[in-house]
Amino acid sequence: MAKDQLMDYQKALESYEVVIGLEVHVELNTNTKMFCGCANVFGDEPNTNVCPNCLGFPGAMPAVNGKAIENSIKIGLALDCEIAATGRFARKNYFYPDLAKNFQTSQYDEPIAFNGKIDIEVPSGKVFTVEIERAHMEEDAGKLTHVGGSTGRIQGAEFSLVDFNRAGVPLVEIVTKPIYGSGDEAPELAAAYVRSIREIVKNLGVSDARMERGNVRCDANVSIRPKGQEKLGTRTETKNVNSLRSIERAVKYEIQRQAHLLSQGTAIIQETRHWHEDRGATSSGRPKSDADDYRYFPEPDLVPVQPSKEWIEQLRATLPEKPAIRRKRLQDLWGFSDLEFRDVVNSDLLDEIDDTVKAGAKPQAARKWWTGELARIANSEDKDIAELSITPTQVAQIAELVESGKLTDRLAREVLTGVLAGEGDPAEIVAKRGLEVVSDDGALLAAIDKVLAEQPDVLEKIREGKLQAAGAVIGAVMKAMAGSADAARVRELVIQRATEL
Amino acid sequence: MSLLNKSASELAAMLGSKEISSVELTKAQLDNIDKLNPKINSYLTVTHELALEQARQVDELRAKGEKLSALAGVPIAVKDNLTTIGVETTAGSNILKGWVPPYNATVVEKILSHRMPILGKTNLDEFAMGSSTENSAYGPSLNPWDLTRTPGGSGGGSSSAVASMQAPLAIGSDTGGSIRFPASVTGTVGVKPTYGAVSRYGLIALGSSLDQIGPVTRNVMDAAMLQDAIAGHDEMDATSLPESLGSMTEAAKNDSVKGLKIGIIKELTGEGFQAGVSERFQEALDLLVASGAEIVEVSCPSFQYAIAAYYLIQPAEASSNLARFDSVRFGLRVMPEGPATVEKVMAATREAGFGPEVKRRIILGTYALSSGYYDAYYGSAQKVRTLIQADLAKAFEKADVLVSPTAPTTAFKLGEKQEDPLAMYLNDIATIPANLAGVPGMSLPVGLAKEDNLPVGAQFLAPARQDARLYKVGAVLEKLLEEKWSKRMLDFAPELKVN
Amino acid sequence: MSEITPELVRHLAGLARIEVSDAEVAQFASQLALIVDSVATVKAAVNDEIPATSHPIPMANVFREDIVKPSLTQAQALSGAADSESGRFKVSAILDEE
Repeated sequence: MAKDQLMDYQKALESYEVVIGLEVHVELNTNTKMFCGCANVFGDEPNTNVCPNCLGFPGAMPAVNGKAIENSIKIGLALDCEIAATGRFARKNYFYPDLAKNFQTSQYDEPIAFNGKIDIEVPSGKVFTVEIERAHMEEDAGKLTHVGGSTGRIQGAEFSLVDFNRAGVPLVEIVTKPIYGSGDEAPELAAAYVRSIREIVKNLGVSDARMERGNVRCDANVSIRPKGQEKLGTRTETKNVNSLRSIERAVKYEIQRQAHLLSQGTAIIQETRHWHEDRGATSSGRPKSDADDYRYFPEPDLVPVQPSKEWIEQLRATLPEKPAIRRKRLQDLWGFSDLEFRDVVNSDLLDEIDDTVKAGAKPQAARKWWTGELARIANSEDKDIAELSITPTQVAQIAELVESGKLTDRLAREVLTGVLAGEGDPAEIVAKRGLEVVSDDGALLAAIDKVLAEQPDVLEKIREGKLQAAGAVIGAVMKAMAGSADAARVRELVIQRATEL
Repeated sequence: MSLLNKSASELAAMLGSKEISSVELTKAQLDNIDKLNPKINSYLTVTHELALEQARQVDELRAKGEKLSALAGVPIAVKDNLTTIGVETTAGSNILKGWVPPYNATVVEKILSHRMPILGKTNLDEFAMGSSTENSAYGPSLNPWDLTRTPGGSGGGSSSAVASMQAPLAIGSDTGGSIRFPASVTGTVGVKPTYGAVSRYGLIALGSSLDQIGPVTRNVMDAAMLQDAIAGHDEMDATSLPESLGSMTEAAKNDSVKGLKIGIIKELTGEGFQAGVSERFQEALDLLVASGAEIVEVSCPSFQYAIAAYYLIQPAEASSNLARFDSVRFGLRVMPEGPATVEKVMAATREAGFGPEVKRRIILGTYALSSGYYDAYYGSAQKVRTLIQADLAKAFEKADVLVSPTAPTTAFKLGEKQEDPLAMYLNDIATIPANLAGVPGMSLPVGLAKEDNLPVGAQFLAPARQDARLYKVGAVLEKLLEEKWSKRMLDFAPELKVN
Repeated sequence: MSEITPELVRHLAGLARIEVSDAEVAQFASQLALIVDSVATVKAAVNDEIPATSHPIPMANVFREDIVKPSLTQAQALSGAADSESGRFKVSAILDEE
């Protein structure tokens, strides 16, 4: 496959205006699927959470999950949307092996929520108001595995296998209106927007919001037009962007790719593209053709959804804080500087730090551990921080051990590695490895006395004021204590003892 | 009278008084099926073992003194578009040949819970698309009244079975007349209840906003008892009515039509109707008037668009409902010539598995929904529906029930309407409005047309949820007619000669 | 009548994933043209003011509780499958990416 040519990013932004549109699919964490009572769980044996409905068997009929409706309304309210007086389900007709009925039960011209907005802050501090076109309910498709090709992807596969456990899982699709004027911050805005959506649905408790699990998926639409031109450029839709980092990179890539093409006088093809994280590039999918004629019509097997005003207000009252408000509150509470706080948000660690503080850690300590050591480890293992096997409570426990002097910083990092390796809770690891800092002066003094007795000349030097000599004693004591002594305390005690003896 | 000629309610009474056993009855029924079915082709599958086992169980329970439901032990036939665990369910199509569902339709669960032994699955036009069973992939069923004619469709298997004593009663489905039209051409009773009265869960869908399941029987009381047995709210069907419609059995005990206002639908009378049909129809009305009913004339002008609207809505919904037959999860799989991609396999399978009428309607339905045409076709048809409902509502302000001949003609000959698809569609002119509007309708036999000595049916319509009115007037009319004839309708049927 | 061309029939058959032979295309085109002519009358019967009826019996808000119900077993799910492997439905290679 030929490599795309890219225009330099800054150069592209000089000549072209960027318009982006984001479609985010949120997987709801209800107990059951959208249209049947099968369990909504991840990871079970294939085709064991299925029934005639989600398998599309002849004669099957859908039955709407009331909790999913409630969750969808909450998402709409959190995005300042209007909630439809009448929402209707519609069939979106197309054929695909992972689509059991060969139509998706979705919503078309009567979505549950529409006309909302959300303020998004980008790293530079600028705030954009992103307008929400609609949020609607739909069901997920099954999972396809392609077998026989070299990459496990469709191309070159011999055959495919379908697991319908995921088919029918409730999704809420949130669609923005076209976003203008983001300039060279379009990539950051896209990522920040999705980050906020994640935060919202996580705090609403309606989704686990883990992008790496596919709980939140993003399709990014990008088009560019020469500066001053009114007519919108042709847009491409990039799918398979599985992380916030990918979103940023994919949007940037598309801007550069399209800019180069336009500058050469080549037209942009309206198509779906796929993002390849390993290559850092998008590739062409199938051009949109008859797949566009979905022949939507109202789902005859389901009746309209007409939420009462009372119910909507009841749900509105249960909404948690908006992200912007929550962030301000937390920043004030923790006393972080703007830079520090932004760093936390951009690293997606707001929830982790919040949970860690709630578990008892001091805010700065929590920040230090998450944005410092844990981020470093995640990076070195090429993982997302969220994938590390450590909980905020455990981090709080480590911070507490350091705070109380029971652990030195260095030992705390050892404990951290132990937790990540699955050795257990911090306290268990400390006990198992005998890492607790000896804070008992008595034991220290005994060790110090022993060393001083063995090195009378060093003792002499210290008494004479040559404090550097203490280094040898400290070293020997630390060795004797197998590192479980606080070096600073040992130094204090050595000097003090030397004068006493 | 032979056991096999008795009505279901009579058989129920005999079972209740232990005059006969269910095993005896079921066996007699199965024997008759074995004798007649090879010729008439009412049944696609006969479930001998299952039926006898179910009969044995109910006899045991009865012997123990268990309280059983009214129809317990009465064997029944089930249209082959209703799913039955462990029993092949084909919907009359090749694409489902050999398919054994892992779940029961709700109505099947209900008749099993009522302990009615299931005799087998009856023939139908493929996916219920048709008015004669000539579109069945398994051959047409024959009309017991004249074996050169069709027993109507799509439920011709059920109607021919009930009319030829191969089953005392049956469950069918009605999307545009598939219960009522076969009833009218076989001298039996067929009812399409109010949309939502009976759960559609497990009914292989044709037109989801039109389909309804109902009884196919020899008399009005049997239909009432069967509707009572299968009706009711079902949480698996979101369109099923939340409330009960009351007891049809009680309604069928009605013995008076004094003061009943019967509206004749102007648009469903006159030239388009076979003379002999109109004659018998009129005589039936005269009987009712003589008994104290009042005739008023009503007009439903939008009915002129009913067939057009129906043949847009039903194919559109069907095109979507039938998309699931794609070789992936069940049913036929046909490999294409050349390299196989899943798309090619789907297309080859559907080409091989669907008959021409089904393909035609899928293509038509796809067209009606396609971008650029939706408003003119499907969209407009859904608006015609609104007009039809409005016309009926107005008519029901003047009358308690509406009436017309069920169909323009008596049973037609095999092959007669195969050339012109439109000709077949015109059969449904009187039955379609009820499906579009969701109102209940009953066809009951009112005699034989003098031209051909073949059964004529009259159709009553009632407002939505007022199914009981159908049973009230139907019961009285039936009694009046039987008194006049000194016979039952099916007693007129010629003796079946099958070798 | 001219609306229903063989090309259109092929296009529609493609959308509906039904392989049709040339003979079928020609036959369907003429049959459908007849049918479409007769059903096109609906357009004239209505106007913008008339609302569409998609459900004959008006109802709203039919929901079920978010409580897990028993599923089919894997064996039951696969019982009708033409081909399966390691608990999954097996299909030929997919040409197009959705």
